[in-house]
Amino acid sequence: MIYEPSWLAIGVFTLFVGFTLGLSFYLGRNAKSSAGYFAAHGQIPWFVNGIAFAGDYLSAASFLGICGMIAFYGYDGFLYSIGYLAGWIVALFVIAEPMKRFGKFTFADALDARFHSRGIKLVAGISTLVVSLFYLIPQMVGAGVLIQPLLGFPHWVGVVLVGATVIVIVVTAGMVSTTYVQFLKGSLLVFFAAILAWIILARGFEAKLGGNDGYAFKVMGPATSVEACGVELLPADGGWEKIPFVRSRDADGRIVVWHVETNSAGEVTLRESQTVTQTVSGVFVNGQPLGRKPGEAQLHPVGYISRLPGDVQSTGGLGPLSFFSTLQQSEVVLWEKAKEKVAEADGGFTTIYYPKLTPGSRVLRPGEHPTFQGIRSEKIFDKLNFLSLMLALFCGTASLPHILIRYYTVKDERSARRSTIVGIASIGCFYVLTLYLGLGAMTSGALDVTNSNMAAPLLAKGLSEWLFAIISAIAFTTVLGTVSGLILASSGAVTHDLLMNVLGWKLTDHEQVRVAKLTSVVVGAVAIVLGILFEKMNVSYLVGWAFSVAASANLPSLVMVLFWQGVTRQGVIAAVAVGMTTSLAWILLSAESYTQVYGLSAANAWVPFSQPGIITIPLGFLTLVAVSLLTGRNISPAVVDGT
Amino acid sequence: MSGWNARLGVVLFCVYSLMYAGFVFLNAFWPDSMERTPWAGVNWAILYGFGLIFAAFALAILYGLLCHDPSPGSDVEDSH
Repeated sequence: MIYEPSWLAIGVFTLFVGFTLGLSFYLGRNAKSSAGYFAAHGQIPWFVNGIAFAGDYLSAASFLGICGMIAFYGYDGFLYSIGYLAGWIVALFVIAEPMKRFGKFTFADALDARFHSRGIKLVAGISTLVVSLFYLIPQMVGAGVLIQPLLGFPHWVGVVLVGATVIVIVVTAGMVSTTYVQFLKGSLLVFFAAILAWIILARGFEAKLGGNDGYAFKVMGPATSVEACGVELLPADGGWEKIPFVRSRDADGRIVVWHVETNSAGEVTLRESQTVTQTVSGVFVNGQPLGRKPGEAQLHPVGYISRLPGDVQSTGGLGPLSFFSTLQQSEVVLWEKAKEKVAEADGGFTTIYYPKLTPGSRVLRPGEHPTFQGIRSEKIFDKLNFLSLMLALFCGTASLPHILIRYYTVKDERSARRSTIVGIASIGCFYVLTLYLGLGAMTSGALDVTNSNMAAPLLAKGLSEWLFAIISAIAFTTVLGTVSGLILASSGAVTHDLLMNVLGWKLTDHEQVRVAKLTSVVVGAVAIVLGILFEKMNVSYLVGWAFSVAASANLPSLVMVLFWQGVTRQGVIAAVAVGMTTSLAWILLSAESYTQVYGLSAANAWVPFSQPGIITIPLGFLTLVAVSLLTGRNISPAVVDGT
Repeated sequence: MSGWNARLGVVLFCVYSLMYAGFVFLNAFWPDSMERTPWAGVNWAILYGFGLIFAAFALAILYGLLCHDPSPGSDVEDSH
């Protein structure tokens, strides 16, 4: 699709960014010391911190990635919502209060509270950097995705814009401004997601033949054969042989591609598809040059219901439960991308997007997205992949450095606990809404078949230009809030853990803040580059990786240090190092990395399934216990007691 | 954190973990069971999923209500 810049959206967006930056400069006066810069002097009110938790946590992956996955595949995206929220239970019941008690500025502080070990600071600092960078990539990708329809700029401009804005926020005022940006973003995101969900319910469903541009996709058949469907077929030359697609020419001479669908009785139906062809002479959409002028074409928006219960045309307003029960009995037209690109005779390649009539009951069941299809497989490794992902989501939240440092911004353990409860309430509320937003987008007639991450903003655009402007600006602030937290966590790890504690740099309080600001600029620049390189990947999928690494590297040590007196510093160092390296290695050698990152065949992958958590999290615990038992006798009781 | 808070946290954590594990294992090994619609035409996948989110909030509130806070100036007991 070609995105037009919206002046209204640009205006609201500029207002949001201007307010955010103004707030940062205003609050920057209070962040001259390291305690102010890294931990806001521990003076953030618990309610503000709780909403800021939501602002920190509800990232681009939650808003754009989950909504996009639900819009394109149905229920499966909601599995991420459930896993992400469940992780907060670990944070509240196990981690919150001890983190506040033991730590000062960074995650490594809490881990190292009993040992005062440079080795622990080193591995924990590196782990913080690795996890934060993994988490930063999808946020930056999300930023680029948003900027395209909002301002009409290319993806990389969005990434650079977010990177630059966040660097200014973090450099001016550190944790104080980051907290209030996250508070603002968390409040607005939940509020406007609720407004959007309410509009979706009030609007109900409508049966259509195509998307919001009014184009009705053609259907030929059913008939006994392709030839009997009534279209004059073009020869199946080159890459068009032996694929379930055929071509014809319409009255205007335009080439139309049809998906050949055969039912159980052997009857054939042809469904009009959409194509994007890349050639040396340019990009062609549906056989015509890409553009808006006469004789040019762009992809039609998709995502609609083809049949409602009782064959009614529209349902009118629906309740929170009747929304699901109606969809359950409807028929939805989902669009899929053909597995292989078609090689053209002139050297170009054609990507085909085709409609697939899907019963509502199937949309609302788990196991349709490629990541979750394994649950319907007979292979045990496919099921283990699913179990592994759900375990990583459960264990990952309480291991994310940028979430953990939020516990240092409140005054005591009671505030840490209360702020987590507020966080769970606001985050849980948002995740319930994601299912309505995703399914609303699926049936909105506004989807871009090439980009699942755009589902939520395009849903808003289909409802109202104002709503689109506000939702886009909030989504942009969403990225700002999360990226600020990640950069702050990284700069704290570099300054406090690696430079001061490991390398022994003697920095004054003022110098600490200056070095942290410099580090923020470097981390921000790295994030910008990675955000541009990983443009095409689904943001939820990338965040799943970050959770796996965080849960494998950090959680075993964090939990065992809190609950087992027999832990030794060698055990902690080994557990973090083993958890981090094995989970990273597993991800890099997985089938998903082979196909999505390296462009190689999944069959060449070294590991039997893609998600590492079910192996590497227990491995982290085992390593810690084994090494601690082996080295425990060398530890003096005074060290074990932490005295 | 008082010993009471720690024990309470572990108990509630175990309760929620069991509920979460039930959901994950049902999806992994009996995915068809999630398609059934036991109430109001809504399937188990949605009901159980919403249930987990609401249960997280309910248990968090319960934890907040039952936790003990040390009185100002008193020593904090470390249970770990």
